[in-house]
Amino acid sequence: MRVGVVTFPGSLDDVDARRAVRLAGADAVPLWHGTDELAGVDAVVLPGGFSYGDYLRCGAIARFSPVMGAVTSAARRGMPVLGICNGFQILCESNLLPGALVRNDSRRFVCRDQGLRIENTATAWTSAYTLREEVTLVLKNGEGGYVANAATLQRLEDEGRVVARYLGDNPNGSMREIAGICNERGNVVGLMPHPEHAVNDLCGPGTDGSRFFTSVLSAVVAA
Amino acid sequence: MPRVVVDVMPKADLLDPQGKAVYGALSRLGLGGVRGVRQGKRFELDLEGQLSEDRLVDLHRVAETLLSNPVIEDFVVRVEQP
Repeated sequence: MRVGVVTFPGSLDDVDARRAVRLAGADAVPLWHGTDELAGVDAVVLPGGFSYGDYLRCGAIARFSPVMGAVTSAARRGMPVLGICNGFQILCESNLLPGALVRNDSRRFVCRDQGLRIENTATAWTSAYTLREEVTLVLKNGEGGYVANAATLQRLEDEGRVVARYLGDNPNGSMREIAGICNERGNVVGLMPHPEHAVNDLCGPGTDGSRFFTSVLSAVVAA
Repeated sequence: MPRVVVDVMPKADLLDPQGKAVYGALSRLGLGGVRGVRQGKRFELDLEGQLSEDRLVDLHRVAETLLSNPVIEDFVVRVEQP
């Protein structure tokens, strides 16, 4: 089982994401933004950070990178793709997920341990959680406010595509407290908080994030 | 040399935290009579050769896909120098 982790210029959490993949028991394969070859991976993680300096808009330039051409085609064929933080922004810019992420309503960068409720356990990345389970991950973003038009929000709710919702105070002004969503098929998930920073008790708020990475192993085996 | 300008603004119904911060600064400076501020982006594209209808169509497509995100922003393309 090989999970690719893309590194863009300005990615920050690619190393942690590769470590989380290894701890889950898979091989972590580094993928460079300039390649259009996915090296035979079974799934892809787009990590957090500030790809291309967040110039223009977060994720706007990464969307047109060679690797995203390959990731987009693979995602449309059903390959599991997880976008974390900046990766979520890239998935929205790429139209693989609906909506967009805008500057936090508080105008402050938020960095804290964040409670979430997992609301969809049918996706490739959340099958190892229990429905409505409450978990704690790390949240760190300046532009994490999820926005979409009313029709899109209704559709996400009706189809059960809100994967995770913030508990307690809304940290960034996200509509409907949305922390993560998925596509129709459930293979593409975007998540603003960072599961890869919650895979080890020594550093981080616990190990609640690990199951994003173990979930995808069973998704690929089942496929 | 032809110049095409693309103005990109956050959609009217979305919160614009940057504009709000600028608005806050205006009132601290004592400038009254301003009801609101919204902050956008201006792109100046200096073109080589002649501007044609076909090139304008291409520029429109670029404004819609790269320069703006239609989910959160509106844009206007205008020819500043033909």
